[in-house]
Amino acid sequence: MEFLRPATWDEALAAKAENPSALPISGGTDVMVELNFDRHRPGALLDLNRITELTTWESGTYEGQEGEVIRLGSAVPYARITKELSGPLQGLSIAGNTVGSPQIRNRGSVGGNLGGASPAGDAHPALLAAGKDVFVEAESVRGTRLIAIDDFYVGVKRNSLEPDELIRAIRIPVADGPQQFSKIGTRNAMVIAVCAFGFALHPKNGTVGTGIGSAAPTPRRAAEAEQFLADELASRGLWESGGLIGPAAVQRFGELVSAAASPIDDVRGSAAYRRHALAVMARRTLTWTWNEYTQSLRSAAA
Amino acid sequence: MSARNSSTRTIRGEKNLQEITTAHPDGIGGSPLRPDGTLKVKGEFAYSSDLWHEDMLWGMALRSPHSHAKILSIDTTEALTQPGVYAVLTHEDIPGSKYYGLEIQDQPALAFGKVRYHGEAVAIVAADHPETARRALAKIKVEYEVLPPITTEEQCLDPETHGYVHEPHEYRGHASGNIVHSQKVVSGLGVNEDVRAMADVVVVGEYEVGMQDQAFLGPESGLAVPAEDGGIDLYIATQWLHVDREQVAPVLGLPENKVRLTLAGVGGAFGGREDLSMQIHACLLAQRTGKPVKIVYSREESFFGHVHRHPAKMRYEHGATRDGKLVYMDARIVLDGGAYASASPAVVGNASSLSVGPYEIPNVNVLAIALYSNNPSCGAMRGFGAVQACFAYETQLDRLAAKLGMDPVELRQLNAVSQGSHLPTGQVIDAPAPVAELLQKVKDLPLPPALDTTHLDIRELPGALSNTSHGEGIVRGVGYAVGLKNVGFSEGFDDYSTARVRLEVIGGEPVAMVHTAMAEVGQGGVTVHGQIARTELGVERVTIHPANTEVGSAGSTSASRQTYMTGGAVKLAAEAVRNELFNLGRSRYGWTYNDLSLIGGKVVSASAGVLISMVDLLGDQAIDLTREHHHRPTVPFDKETGQGFGHVQYTFCAHRAVVDVDVELGLVKVVELAAAQDVGKALNPLSVIGQIQGGSTQGLGLAVMEEIITRDGKVRNPSFTDYLIPTILDTPPQPVEILELADPNAPYGLRGVGEAPTLSSTPAIVSAIRAATGLALNRVPVRPEHITGT
Repeated sequence: MEFLRPATWDEALAAKAENPSALPISGGTDVMVELNFDRHRPGALLDLNRITELTTWESGTYEGQEGEVIRLGSAVPYARITKELSGPLQGLSIAGNTVGSPQIRNRGSVGGNLGGASPAGDAHPALLAAGKDVFVEAESVRGTRLIAIDDFYVGVKRNSLEPDELIRAIRIPVADGPQQFSKIGTRNAMVIAVCAFGFALHPKNGTVGTGIGSAAPTPRRAAEAEQFLADELASRGLWESGGLIGPAAVQRFGELVSAAASPIDDVRGSAAYRRHALAVMARRTLTWTWNEYTQSLRSAAA
Repeated sequence: MSARNSSTRTIRGEKNLQEITTAHPDGIGGSPLRPDGTLKVKGEFAYSSDLWHEDMLWGMALRSPHSHAKILSIDTTEALTQPGVYAVLTHEDIPGSKYYGLEIQDQPALAFGKVRYHGEAVAIVAADHPETARRALAKIKVEYEVLPPITTEEQCLDPETHGYVHEPHEYRGHASGNIVHSQKVVSGLGVNEDVRAMADVVVVGEYEVGMQDQAFLGPESGLAVPAEDGGIDLYIATQWLHVDREQVAPVLGLPENKVRLTLAGVGGAFGGREDLSMQIHACLLAQRTGKPVKIVYSREESFFGHVHRHPAKMRYEHGATRDGKLVYMDARIVLDGGAYASASPAVVGNASSLSVGPYEIPNVNVLAIALYSNNPSCGAMRGFGAVQACFAYETQLDRLAAKLGMDPVELRQLNAVSQGSHLPTGQVIDAPAPVAELLQKVKDLPLPPALDTTHLDIRELPGALSNTSHGEGIVRGVGYAVGLKNVGFSEGFDDYSTARVRLEVIGGEPVAMVHTAMAEVGQGGVTVHGQIARTELGVERVTIHPANTEVGSAGSTSASRQTYMTGGAVKLAAEAVRNELFNLGRSRYGWTYNDLSLIGGKVVSASAGVLISMVDLLGDQAIDLTREHHHRPTVPFDKETGQGFGHVQYTFCAHRAVVDVDVELGLVKVVELAAAQDVGKALNPLSVIGQIQGGSTQGLGLAVMEEIITRDGKVRNPSFTDYLIPTILDTPPQPVEILELADPNAPYGLRGVGEAPTLSSTPAIVSAIRAATGLALNRVPVRPEHITGT
């Protein structure tokens, strides 16, 4: 097996262009497990650890995205996202805090989750919920391509990257409302999600974001649930009043999230349990975020 | 427990009056640091997987992808021609016996004719690099004819229809068909309609225990080095060096004295290293190639490379009077032993004889069987047959209490055994059996505070950092359980231990050396042996000789027996050395004292004070003596009635579990797991607490997460990604209450500690989950979907 160690981003892109089958490795929290289990014997590993800009983030404004955006280097470890970005990337930082163990959170990154594109990746539901204008910055010697998050996941452990592309960064709009993330594991730490749910309120444009993990071949959005809730909030003037959503609408939202999933029975859990748990998590995360939102309205008024 | 970290004794003599501080704060009753502790914490301890030898090869096994198949052919030609490959062996290359086994020699060292479980080894390779070996394995062509696997109880019990795991002509078990062993226990009037009529209240339940894995962290590994005399030196992580040798030597076609074993660093065992794993394979490859061969299993291979805890299906029926006195118990316990016998017969012996739990029940009828199947082989695991039964009888006692409207602890106490009680085997408990007191101790502990929803730390909630609840859906429950476990090998087995103790002066100091073949698997035997030597010989310095087969057997590090048995042997050998030293003084100086002891490096007479230092008495002489320690004899259980003095010692632990359950999501957080155990005498209190907390945690794992999941005999979760064991966030505070009621038959009055806590923690936790949810929960591990009903 070849081990490529580019010193710069340009060298990395050149190496990837030359060895399109080279498997990028950064923290190694997924790749090394696959290697150790003998599931993969890639011809080459492309070590990105020398490229320091991948572990930095910056905020700014970008074309095609409203408001302030965090451009998150693909190898910024989860521990730093939780520590440094818990405000602007609230959902992702909560999701990052559920990843593996402290050791894994010190190494694992969003770029790895996206590269692996496992339906169980913890970052995906949070990214989906953060908005339709979340973009993966895919780069190759041919140039930069922005892939909308909704177009990124194309199959079980498959993404829409071209063979010569590497993930440079993820552009995520700064949270304009409360965000949450919940995941089910059969133990209280270090678990792969049985199923997971990301949720975000977007009061600026009157939408809500959802993301479902581990309950379909790919991470996916609960589009109907989003539409239902956005309509409900708008038609009842709740964004302005901060009034109670009410149990019926919360219940319905949960049902629609659950219906958006297409889970399977496997060793980690049954399909029926996944559907059930998604509904519960959807209700709870909606309640938490809505409480936070109404509190912020009240404190703004006070 | 009172602190005994240092002790001061005043010795009064006629001639000289002086105070002597005993020089062994690190003797028995103290908690000196483990000699291997710092190395292990710092990552510097050499485990068996760290072994290395110049010029060594790497061994690897090709394993069956099928749970049941005929082997039509094996073609190794292409693998052999790979550069860097030194040997590719199949059953045809075995020089000696093709079978081995702990109790019944029914397992092929390499499969021939048939494979009977998913992961059975078919061929082995030695190569210059693990990757070369892996590639060579891929070049071995095995032609299989896949057979329908025999995996369910119904299939196993109907071989006419579903076939035999071992054909009748090759059957080597103790029963027939697809049953490897069976044991009945009948006492009192047994259980019939007349007996049933004596009960006012009856509860019947069916219970299931999933297949738990020992999940030790150090994978199976070892190094076989061919010796000039044609023998093999094997460095190995195991639980019992001598029984490994007994099984390895015949396969190699070597006399036992040509197979020499030395213990390598063991990364946990819990029963999973009682059977052989890579021992024979490494030796065969070393024998063939003339080169040292190392084998290290990957984590995945480890799940196929050792036996597991028997999954069980149990039907229990209890009858009691209106006031809660147990009248009868009827039980049928079916254990799935998998493809090969391993320790199944002894597990059946335990499951049947301990099936009633620590209760007096006048009329009992029990049948326990172990099946042969095409599921993974099952054998020894901490608790050994008593764990499964404890889950069933403790659940029954809870249900009986509910039906009677009694407090579950009081019902248990009302029926608890005590010293002098008869067990259904006819054996009288002739040592303290403080079952009622242990239950009271955990009941009297203050309960942990209620969940504070105003200052939430989500790490304290079910789901923890997964952020599933901020207090919603959470219900607290409390549950109790107590168990009955034996110590040592049973049913007539003389599992003696040998110890050699050498006393000599080194660097102007008396030094004791303790040499045994005891496998240190983490239990702390090396610490305790030093403590015993210090106490018995009054020395400061003790060295522990590497464990090997140059000294006699120490028996297995299992059955909670090592401190009792090998500790007892060290005590005997040290006492013999002490007597020899006194005799030396008597013959040299004409002492006539009968009140001699060794304290602080000196020979002391209680009447005459200090006589001489050990350094002066010994000079350059060494006293080197070996002793065997045998426990009192036991007898096999009668096949039809289960009667017999079958067990060496009994041990008891009680638990109280407090859990928070997210009843909407089915997630569980064990808030506190309190234990009370009678240990007879805590030779090392810190280690005793560690054993109790560790055993309780393993029981917690079985209660809520640990299970090897199979389908058609195929293992679906052979990894720590999907075979979950408790993390620190799953492991609650564990207050431990220790009783020290001496067993007059045991060295220092001690009682084996390691297993009892593994029994009752599981049913206590599930009882607490039932209290929180109102659900029946007759199966462990309890999964979230069992709680949510989805």
